[in-house]
Amino acid sequence: MEDDAPVIYGLEFQARALTPQTAETDAIRFLVGTQSLKYDNQIHIIDFDDENNIINKNVLLHQVGEIWHISASPADRGVLATCYNRMSCGNQWEMGRKSFHWPITISCCGIYRKAQARLCQIYCIENAHGQLVRDLDFNPNKQYYLASCGDDCKVKFWDTRNVTEPVKTLEEHSHWVWNVRYNHSHDQLVLTGSSDSRVILSNMVSISSEPFGHLVDDDDISDQEDHRSEEKSKEPLQDNVIATYEEHEDSVYAVDWSSADPWLFASLSYDGRLVINRVPRALKYHILL
Amino acid sequence: MAPGSASSPSPSFPASRPWAAVGTMAAAAAAGPSPGSGPGDSPEGPEGEAPERRRKAHGMLKLYYGLSEGEAAGRPAGPDPLDPTDLNGAHFDPEVYLDKLRRECPLAQLMDSETDMVRQIRALDSDMQTLVYENYNKFISATDTIRKMKNDFRKMEDEMDRLATNMAVITDFSARISATLQDRHERITKLAGVHALLRKLQFLFELPSRLTKCVELGAYGQAVRYQGRAQAVLQQYQHLPSFRAIQDDCQVITARLAQQLRQRFREGGSGAPEQAECVELLLALGEPAEELCEEFLAHARGRLEKELRSLEAELGPSPPAPDVLEFTDRGGSGFVGGLCQVAAAYQELFAAQGPAGAEKLAAFARELGSRYFALVERRLAQEQGGGDNSLLVRALDRFHRRLRAPGALLAAAGLADAATEIVERVARERLGHHLQGLRAAFLGCLTDVRQALAAPRVAGKEGPGLAELLANVASSILSHIKASLAAVHLFTAKEVSFSNKPYFRGEFCSEGVREGLIVGFIRSMCQTAQSFCDSPGEKGGATPPALLLLLSRLCLDYETATISYILTLTDEQFLVQVGLLYEEGVRKAQSSDSSKRTFSVYSSSRQQGRYAPSYTPSAPMDTNLLSNIQKLFSERIDVFSPVEFNKVSVLTGIIKISLKTLLECVRLRTFGRFGLQQVQVDCHFLQLYLWRFVADEELVHLLLDEVVASAALRCPDPVPMEPSVVEVICERG
Repeated sequence: MEDDAPVIYGLEFQARALTPQTAETDAIRFLVGTQSLKYDNQIHIIDFDDENNIINKNVLLHQVGEIWHISASPADRGVLATCYNRMSCGNQWEMGRKSFHWPITISCCGIYRKAQARLCQIYCIENAHGQLVRDLDFNPNKQYYLASCGDDCKVKFWDTRNVTEPVKTLEEHSHWVWNVRYNHSHDQLVLTGSSDSRVILSNMVSISSEPFGHLVDDDDISDQEDHRSEEKSKEPLQDNVIATYEEHEDSVYAVDWSSADPWLFASLSYDGRLVINRVPRALKYHILL
Repeated sequence: MAPGSASSPSPSFPASRPWAAVGTMAAAAAAGPSPGSGPGDSPEGPEGEAPERRRKAHGMLKLYYGLSEGEAAGRPAGPDPLDPTDLNGAHFDPEVYLDKLRRECPLAQLMDSETDMVRQIRALDSDMQTLVYENYNKFISATDTIRKMKNDFRKMEDEMDRLATNMAVITDFSARISATLQDRHERITKLAGVHALLRKLQFLFELPSRLTKCVELGAYGQAVRYQGRAQAVLQQYQHLPSFRAIQDDCQVITARLAQQLRQRFREGGSGAPEQAECVELLLALGEPAEELCEEFLAHARGRLEKELRSLEAELGPSPPAPDVLEFTDRGGSGFVGGLCQVAAAYQELFAAQGPAGAEKLAAFARELGSRYFALVERRLAQEQGGGDNSLLVRALDRFHRRLRAPGALLAAAGLADAATEIVERVARERLGHHLQGLRAAFLGCLTDVRQALAAPRVAGKEGPGLAELLANVASSILSHIKASLAAVHLFTAKEVSFSNKPYFRGEFCSEGVREGLIVGFIRSMCQTAQSFCDSPGEKGGATPPALLLLLSRLCLDYETATISYILTLTDEQFLVQVGLLYEEGVRKAQSSDSSKRTFSVYSSSRQQGRYAPSYTPSAPMDTNLLSNIQKLFSERIDVFSPVEFNKVSVLTGIIKISLKTLLECVRLRTFGRFGLQQVQVDCHFLQLYLWRFVADEELVHLLLDEVVASAALRCPDPVPMEPSVVEVICERG
């Protein structure tokens, strides 16, 4: 059945760009873009069969240049966008919306809103991280909350209503943190990838949308379940690191959750290794029940 | 005959019958000493009843011994009462006896028995004579005594008669005398009564003048006594005009007296006992006691306020403030002593006032006490300076002691409690003060260190080594802490009177000293260190790295040894339970962690600066495949292993992190050919110099190879430089 062992897939080239096929909610699919200066670059479409733990791949050619970033359209599963090197801006493939994630080095986070084809800056968090900010992500379930990570090896969680101080800081990594991602459905699960070759899955319960765990409706309670939910709802769970994944041997430049299965995620390191992992079963059941 | 003759028949008795012998002897003895019996005669006449008795005794004895007549038959010839030959028998017949003797006994025996009998007769004779003589003497003396008695009695009788007649005469006379003197007696008693009355009246008449004289002389006590004595009488007879006049006079004078007493009282120049006396007298005069209470208290207040004012004057700025010890001494002896005296006198004088009076006293004491305390607090607040608490503690001790002594009197006013509170407050302030001092000392040390580090090196003289600086800092902090502890310890010394209060024994030691002072100081040290660590994030290197190194080393030392030492010292001195030792260790570890991380941040910022500009010619490199295979076989570099606290390990960590950062930066760029070659040269150069700082130089090689490989990957036209050329370039530089 389900095996918690990671599944590894190797690309021949260096790669930095990873995205789940966001519009696809039935099959688990990831898109990886390679980054090679000499050879033709490719986009690998990785299809993961979670019952048999088998990876099927499809390779598309991307001759226009090395891919720095890739992003799939959330509406149309046939649309994706890449940023590549020949030109300094992104390009869209087929019709769709432009990606909002730019890997340009910035030293402060600016949160912009597209209003009538203009970008307005509504918040600015000065000096969010010591030197550079590498990535940021919004909490999908709890408004006003976002996470950012940077070259000071920290992951900081912010409340946009009070941008002077982070709500929480994680200092689990020992080198630059390149990526931070919230789980789309259970926002207490936060993935971070760093150039210390580690992927860390953290449980940020206290600032998630359900700090007290899953509350059960009164109608459904039988005696046993009553006890369990009482136990759980007695106090908020503690924030902790769920697991550290060390299958990579080079810097991890991209991590992302699958849009089909909320318990599955992929991480990509510079040497072309894609590792697909799952959230530990015990925690999954704990959150679900 | 009886004893002698009793002995002769007894050998013929068997030994089992001693009682029979005794009985016979007794019977014989009873019969013996009758003077009428002749020697050798058979005891017949007066022994008529004796045989009866003997027979009865004999029968009873026989019964007792349970001997029947049958047994008695085995005996040799026993004493048969009817035996005529028995010398002791009742029916003794001499003829029969003698016949028997003549017939039966031989001559020798006859001779023997004759001598025997003669002897016995003689013995008996002498006995009888003795007895008769004795009896005769006794009779004679008795007769004489009786005759004397008769004479004496006759004389006494005469005397008694005479006594009787005399008594009769005396009685007679006495009756006559009392009859004659009767009425004189009455008159005399009457006169005596009148005389006493007259004396009293004279006293009363003279009273005004006497009172005046007393008042003039100042013998108030006496005056009051007179007044007291006369009061009742005057009151009773005031309807009589003469008495009325006297009473009026007296009242006038008394009023004057009272006024004078009050005057004296108010003047207050006299000491407390005299005042007490005044008050007593006034009370005796019947002045309303409440008024007196009030006046007394007001007066006392005046005096005590004067004391307070003088104390206050000492607080003023113009004259140099005297020693706090002197101050409390003066306050204690002057004010508190006065207050005690007042309280004691008040209670003595106005004891009859009951609870209302006590209330007044309590309120009075409370008010003045609070003012005194305010002054004391002000004075103590002035006592800011120095680490030396000994003077302060002594002053507090004295202050407290003074207020403990009259505790019983002023208990209702709660002065002792207020004093304890003041002492506690001062102690707490001192603790805060010491904490500030320690913090300032620590910051001062750090400033010195920074100056020393930043100072320009004098030519030819080595600047102070970091180890030396560290040692200085550590030792100075430790000495400061010890000094503070010693100073604060004074508060709990045994001789100090308030050291037994529950606050000082418990809360002061554990929370005040241990928590507030020591732990608070250590925490502030941590915070300062942490703030130094966090600052580079904002404006860029504001703290020199050497300082960070020093701080991290200091924290490490503290974590391992010093904290436990300091806390043990504190605990020993202050008898506190050890509880929080381990928390400190953890906090220290955190701070050293953060200092570790600052190295990475700092060094990475440095590295980034250096590699910003453009690059120059290229260097040789491996193909992509070869590098991948190489990577498969080479060990994975653990760049981020935990760093131990020694120099090599720290340096290795720094180098690893900086090389990794270089790698990341290289990967983000795109190099031209010459950029690649420059990177190659740079890596070779680094290799030449970095190996000696790390424990494992393979590590450096691997990382640098990684850098070059990544640079090659990022180059669309990789043409590496020849290795020999690279070496030449590096050696030239």
